[in-house]
Order: sequence, then C-alpha cells, then structure tokens
Amino acid sequence: MKIAVIDYGAGNLFSVRRALEAVGAKFEITESAAKLTQAEKLILPGVGAFADGMRGLKKRRLVKPIRNEVKKGKPILGICLGLQLLMEEGFEFGKHEGLGLIEGKTDKIITSEKLPQIGWNQIKKQHDSLLLKGVADKEFFYFVHSFVIRPKKKPVVAATTNYGGDEFCSVVNFKNIYGTQFHPEKSGTEGLKIYQNFKNIKL
Amino acid sequence: MKTVRIIPKLEVKNENLIKGVHLDGLRIVGKPEEAALKYAETGADELVYIDLVASLYQRDNWIKIVKRTAEKIYIPLTVGGGIRSVDDAKLFLRAGADKVAINTGIVKRPKLVTEIAQKFGAQCMVASLEVQKKSDGSYEVYTDSGRTPTGIDPIQWAKRVEKLGAGEILLTFIHQDGTYQGYDVSLLKKIAPTVGVPVIASGGAGKLAHLTDAVKSGKADAVAVASMLHFKKTTIGKIKSYLKKSGVLVRK
Repeated sequence: MKIAVIDYGAGNLFSVRRALEAVGAKFEITESAAKLTQAEKLILPGVGAFADGMRGLKKRRLVKPIRNEVKKGKPILGICLGLQLLMEEGFEFGKHEGLGLIEGKTDKIITSEKLPQIGWNQIKKQHDSLLLKGVADKEFFYFVHSFVIRPKKKPVVAATTNYGGDEFCSVVNFKNIYGTQFHPEKSGTEGLKIYQNFKNIKL
Repeated sequence: MKTVRIIPKLEVKNENLIKGVHLDGLRIVGKPEEAALKYAETGADELVYIDLVASLYQRDNWIKIVKRTAEKIYIPLTVGGGIRSVDDAKLFLRAGADKVAINTGIVKRPKLVTEIAQKFGAQCMVASLEVQKKSDGSYEVYTDSGRTPTGIDPIQWAKRVEKLGAGEILLTFIHQDGTYQGYDVSLLKKIAPTVGVPVIASGGAGKLAHLTDAVKSGKADAVAVASMLHFKKTTIGKIKSYLKKSGVLVRK
C-alpha cells in the first residue's frame, strides 16, 4: 500500500477515493495506526469543525502516529480541515490544540464577503512546489470554508488566495508537508493534477 | 476574488432528465447522468440534482443515478428530493453527493436543518425555498414540488433557516420556472443581501441578461440554469463569456 487516506470520521471520503482512482494511485482508506506506519504517504482529508476533527483523531489514537510519521519525513497531504489540523492550534468554537506540524494557527477569514466562502477562487503562486507542477498561476479551485490557516513562517506558503480582502494561505509546501485549503477532488481536471503530483512525489 | 457560480439544475423523474413549467407539465429531455457529465466537462461550477417524484418506492433507483453521476464528475453535486431525516441525508452523501437540498422536510421539521448541519457541517445543508407569487403580489413558500402552500413568508423563512444552520439557500421562483421570463429579481434582492449565507437564484432564466440581472440587481451569489441549457438555447461557455463581458467575475 502506498498512500494511506486517514479516515477519522470527518466527512465524505467518496470523492477523495474517486480522485485517487482517477490518477491511478495505490491507496487504502484506513483508521488504523499500523497502516499509517506501513504507508509511504499520508492524506488527511476532512470537512467540518476543528475540534470535531481532533476528537476524531484522538478517539482512534492517531495523533501520535501522524506526528511521528511526518516528523520522520513521510509526505502528508492535508486537505481543507485536514490542512487546518496540521497547525499548532485552532480557534473554531474555542481554542483547541492541533497536530502542531506547521507553526501557526487556524483562524476565521476576515472578509467583506459572505461566509462560508463557497465556490471557485484563484490561487497566486508564491514559490515553486511539486504539488503545483503543471498548474498555472491564477488557476481556479473549489473552496468551502470559513476558516484558514495563518502560518508563522512565509516559506511554508506555496500559494495564496484572496477572498474579500483576506489574502490567505491556500497551498502549503514545506519539506514533506503539503496541503490545500481548497478541495482538489472537487476542482475538475486541475484538481486531479494535485493528486497526480502528490502521487508522483519521490520519497 | 469572489466568483459567481453557474449551476445547471437537473430535475429527474423515473430515471429521466425532465423539465417543466412552474415545476409541472414535465417534458423528457434525456438521461440525467449524460447531461450532468456534459455540463461538468463544459465548465459548470456545480450541479444540482432534484428528484421530482421522491417516493420511497423509487428511492433505490434514484440513489443509483446519484452514484453513477458522482462517479463520473469532479465538481460539487447537490442532491434534493424526498430527504426527511439525517439518515436520508446520509444515504445521498454516501452515494457521492456533497450537499443535500431540502424543502418539504425542513418546513415539516425545521430542526432537521440544525441536525444535518451539526452532523455533516453547514456546507452540506442547502435550504431549498420554493416560492410562489400570489395574485395580490405577496409571496409564499410551497412544498411538495409546488403543490402545497404553507403560509410561510419566504423572507422570514430565509433568515430562520440561516439561524438554524443552513450553509446555503437555493431560492426557486415557481411562478417563473420554465417560463424564460427571468428570475424574480425583486424578491431575490429582498433575500440575497439580507442573509449571511450564499443564495442561489433558480427559476426563470431565459436569456443571458437575466443572469446578470440576478447577480447585479438581485445580488445572487450563484445562478441555477435549466431550460436554457437542456433545450440548447445556450452553452455554459457562452454564459460565462457573456457574464465576463458584463463585468461579473466567473471562473473561466
């Protein structure tokens, strides 16, 4: 098994599965810590609230295994809530501890537009990333969220997106850590490129 | 930047894509999954699927259609028709829907909005408001595909469903549906700017200018289009280039 898709009860895995099948990736959807250890790469998907997500990971005793595997250098792709959980802390319905793999926090979007942001928005590339290989600057992806990540360090940010004045981090690439605030599995053929690129990342 | 979403709305009856007038007088257009795939591939931003029969007897078939469709497309899919409980919603989400749209079910039991939002997230819960204009010019929410009046005022109801936890509102003008006469912009502008969640205008689009009206005057966050696309009066590409030229931001 190459990629372990972490099932921690947060959201619908149907479309993640479909996207991985479309790019011909070998994967398994799992909630077992042993499977995470065996896998070559991890995907942490997710929709919903920060605290619920962390609760789901804790309940399955996955917090430590994820931290350990990623610290050892195993590539991880966080999607939407999955990306937000990689931060040190989250501020959705109170303050909660995250996985702490990226310095900084998850916080509400500060915008003149309606929340949640639901729809297609552009990314502005900030540095070259394997995750965005073949993806044009200013490409559109599908977002559904009210919260964003605020990383402490600039080099973490691979792309940003502007929604009603808030220029937030929409793509992360930092060593073996990758993430998108948008849903690549809901972003048509451009989104599938993200899965393809993650699949192709050499260990 | 914020872009306006163009959302083909596909109404389904007994495995057929159909289209009527005022949610009635139905005409067969084709197979829903074929149309869905074509729209997804030609630039639709999302799709809405509504089962007009929504009988328990037909449900297994309907779920199969949803699943077949969701397996082929990589854009968000909203499914509506006959959803009365959290378990119903779960069936469709498991079959590949990203969101559920509910009208009758939440009028009968408003708490269902909160239950679904808490269980699956607000982004999953689309409150569907089907509105009829009455002869005295006032508006009323109808349920059961336009058959049953409820006495509910749509402006108040929109605010209430937002408070209950809906992540989006699908606002259908029954009196305009299938007529090619345009959305009801005067009602739209009383609702879309007054709620904090996105509003999808639906029912009546007959020419491209209707879409810009809905966005510019009506402040719609998204527009649903049916007859115009199903009967090949236009394409999604043409809609988008027209909107762009009119100064409305859309995904390419």
